[in-house]
Amino acid sequence: MPTPRLAVRGARKQFPGVLALDGVSLALAAGEVLAVVGENGAGKSTLMKIVAGVYTPDAGDVELDGAPVRFATPASAIAAGVVLIHQELNLAENLTVADNLFLGRELTRGGFLRALDRRAMNARTADLLARVGLPAERALERVERLPPGEKQLVEIARALGTDVRVLIMDEPTSSLTQKETDQLYVVIDALKAAGVSVLYISHRLAEVKRVADRVVVLRDGRNAGELAKSEITHDHMVRLMVGRDLKQFYPKVKRSGTGGSAVLELRGVTFRGGPVRPVSLEVRAGEILGTAGLVGAGRTELSEAVFGVRALTGGEILINGTPARITSPADAIAAGVLLVPEDRRLHGLVLAESVGFNLALPNLDRLTSLFGVRRRAERELHATWIDRLRVKTPSAAQPVGLLSGGNQQKVVYGKWLARGPRVLILDEPTRGVDVGAKAEIYALIDELAGNGVAVWMITSDMEELLGMSDRVVVMHEGAIAGELSRAALSEEAVMRLATGGTGT
Amino acid sequence: MTRILGVLGLLVALYAVLLESNPAAGSLRNLIYVGNNQGRYGLVTLGAALVIIVGGIDLSIGSVVGCAAVLFGVLMKQGVHPVAAVGWVLLFGVCVGLVNGLLVTRVRLQPFLVTLCGMFVFRGAARMIGGAVDTPSVLEAHPEYAGALDALTAVLIGKNEKGVLVFPAMFALLLLAAAAVGFFLHRTAYGRYWYAIGHNELAAKYAGVNVNRQRTAVYVTCSALAALGGVLLLLNDSTISSDTAGAGLELYAILGAVLGGCSLRGGEGTAVGMVLGAMVLPVLETLVSFRGLKNDVIPAVIGLTLLLGTVTDELIRRRSRVSR
Repeated sequence: MPTPRLAVRGARKQFPGVLALDGVSLALAAGEVLAVVGENGAGKSTLMKIVAGVYTPDAGDVELDGAPVRFATPASAIAAGVVLIHQELNLAENLTVADNLFLGRELTRGGFLRALDRRAMNARTADLLARVGLPAERALERVERLPPGEKQLVEIARALGTDVRVLIMDEPTSSLTQKETDQLYVVIDALKAAGVSVLYISHRLAEVKRVADRVVVLRDGRNAGELAKSEITHDHMVRLMVGRDLKQFYPKVKRSGTGGSAVLELRGVTFRGGPVRPVSLEVRAGEILGTAGLVGAGRTELSEAVFGVRALTGGEILINGTPARITSPADAIAAGVLLVPEDRRLHGLVLAESVGFNLALPNLDRLTSLFGVRRRAERELHATWIDRLRVKTPSAAQPVGLLSGGNQQKVVYGKWLARGPRVLILDEPTRGVDVGAKAEIYALIDELAGNGVAVWMITSDMEELLGMSDRVVVMHEGAIAGELSRAALSEEAVMRLATGGTGT
Repeated sequence: MTRILGVLGLLVALYAVLLESNPAAGSLRNLIYVGNNQGRYGLVTLGAALVIIVGGIDLSIGSVVGCAAVLFGVLMKQGVHPVAAVGWVLLFGVCVGLVNGLLVTRVRLQPFLVTLCGMFVFRGAARMIGGAVDTPSVLEAHPEYAGALDALTAVLIGKNEKGVLVFPAMFALLLLAAAAVGFFLHRTAYGRYWYAIGHNELAAKYAGVNVNRQRTAVYVTCSALAALGGVLLLLNDSTISSDTAGAGLELYAILGAVLGGCSLRGGEGTAVGMVLGAMVLPVLETLVSFRGLKNDVIPAVIGLTLLLGTVTDELIRRRSRVSR
């Protein structure tokens, strides 16, 4: 291969508690479309952000046309012709398409006055829009009025306006219709023909097959393999994405597993802001039901609907066989359905308040007498759960925001265990938790299930899913893609369902 | 804790300068007078502070005070017994708070906007129901109310039947109300919910707190206290004009709350701090007049004091964060 347009060699990036990238390399030729695939957390996004100057790598080199570069900011990357289009688009919705195309680099006249040169910008706008196949009259439309597909095209047009050499697209089709996606392919083909190199990140393997010239597979922050155009198949990619040894980390006592009766049952549930396809599933007493799916499959949203955060638009939720009316978290909690949320800093804890405050918060109704909160009972509750969960904190009065991630997460568990769950929903139960605390949390979850709690565990961590679940339901684009019994459970089977492939 | 010590230090310093400046300033009469002003400011400060703790703001306080005062006078003139009139005025306050609370929680409007509108609406309402009201004309129309009105004035204001201030009843009222607020804030589940909502509304919601209901309750408390402030205003001043009664009081209340340790970001504040914070301004006002300064400088002095306090507080906070 001649000097590649873009080369990454041995990129390494450490985050607190996580080694996100451990020596990843790739090369991208001029006019080539290279897809980067991998499971959640494989390091795709981190790699892209390093290339685009959002992060600086701890080690490793990035070369552009053979010359080493080190972008300190996205602006310097853009100046060099490397543009990242984020999954969440970064357009100023209240401005017009033309304004957005020139945002931050307006064409001006009159020296320091910086008077806008409308005529020059309009002429250039028409040209840029034509290159992405948008009609010229879109120029004066406000971005918020455009459909998602056209917004994506505006982003691309903006990149073209900077003389882009490497265009990085992160899940570009996640909010596009099929028709809009097809239009995007046409534009990508045109970019290729013009010599622009494209790094394409996607979960949708069918799409990758259609658009990519070559595929690089990442796994656990390392290169897992590379596929030439002729080798790209769904199964081949999945095989490279998975395939690693499970650590002997999980308690896995011999539970009877699926013996209990259904405690939580969803019948044809649809909810506000969710997909229209109804979801049905049940979680039984004493089992851990794992739920897998790629980012954006709708798992968190579903759990929020069950917890009363999102209003149901159809179907029903049954607790112990009787329909439950859950319209707020308070209702869910009263019914014994408790949620350990995905984002504990936003939804799980009042960070500025103390460990004790947070442990007591959902349990105050049980700690209150006519004379207010019973101090002694509250202190007992603090001591009990700090001790039982081995929360490492100087005292109950310590602000919870000052604890480590693992100890924060233990406080979230503590406040619910103090209440006594009937159904415990765990959304990413160990995200941002160090290895030691992880093992403790796994033992705890196992013990809860052993005591008859119905545990519904949503996780993107494949090891966790395989290590902890008695049964797994896989979601894909808002719907249940399939169910796997413990016996049928394998990484390949999960990934096949999660990426839109068919079941076994 | 440092916040309380800070505002306490400021108060002690202000009192010291006041007593030193003029012998008359230290007279019992003057101290009672100042205390009563502190009581009146303090009552509305408690309400403003609670709203600030749950992450809101209430700009309608001053107009509600004015409107309540006018309403109180007009009701009595129309032949409503003074005690019953107090009840009606308090009910008016509750309704105002309910409307504010529902607009903020259900319609999801910004508190700043809702209560800014309220500020205009209730000022206008006050003008509509009566230009000026005074207790003498009430007594002229209904001489039979004299006893009840004197009793109310004695209990709530501390003035004897000759109209001489003999006891800081409004300050006592403030302490009573502050004790109640303190109990709810620091001893009951409600207070915990308010702090949680102020710091992180979503986490409170996910912990099963009915955020909307709690918020509304706080707005109701605030407006009811403002209505009480209106009753006190008329009883104390005996003559008020609907144009000026209570005008600007919301800013004094917010100022007192902030001086007392409430963060405008929400989630912080104590009952003791609220009382101390509300006590600062009346002392400052008397100080300015005893120092022989013109009344015109009062706003500037108030503004500079608060600015100084805020800057000092921020510097202390930064230092403690660095040392951590």
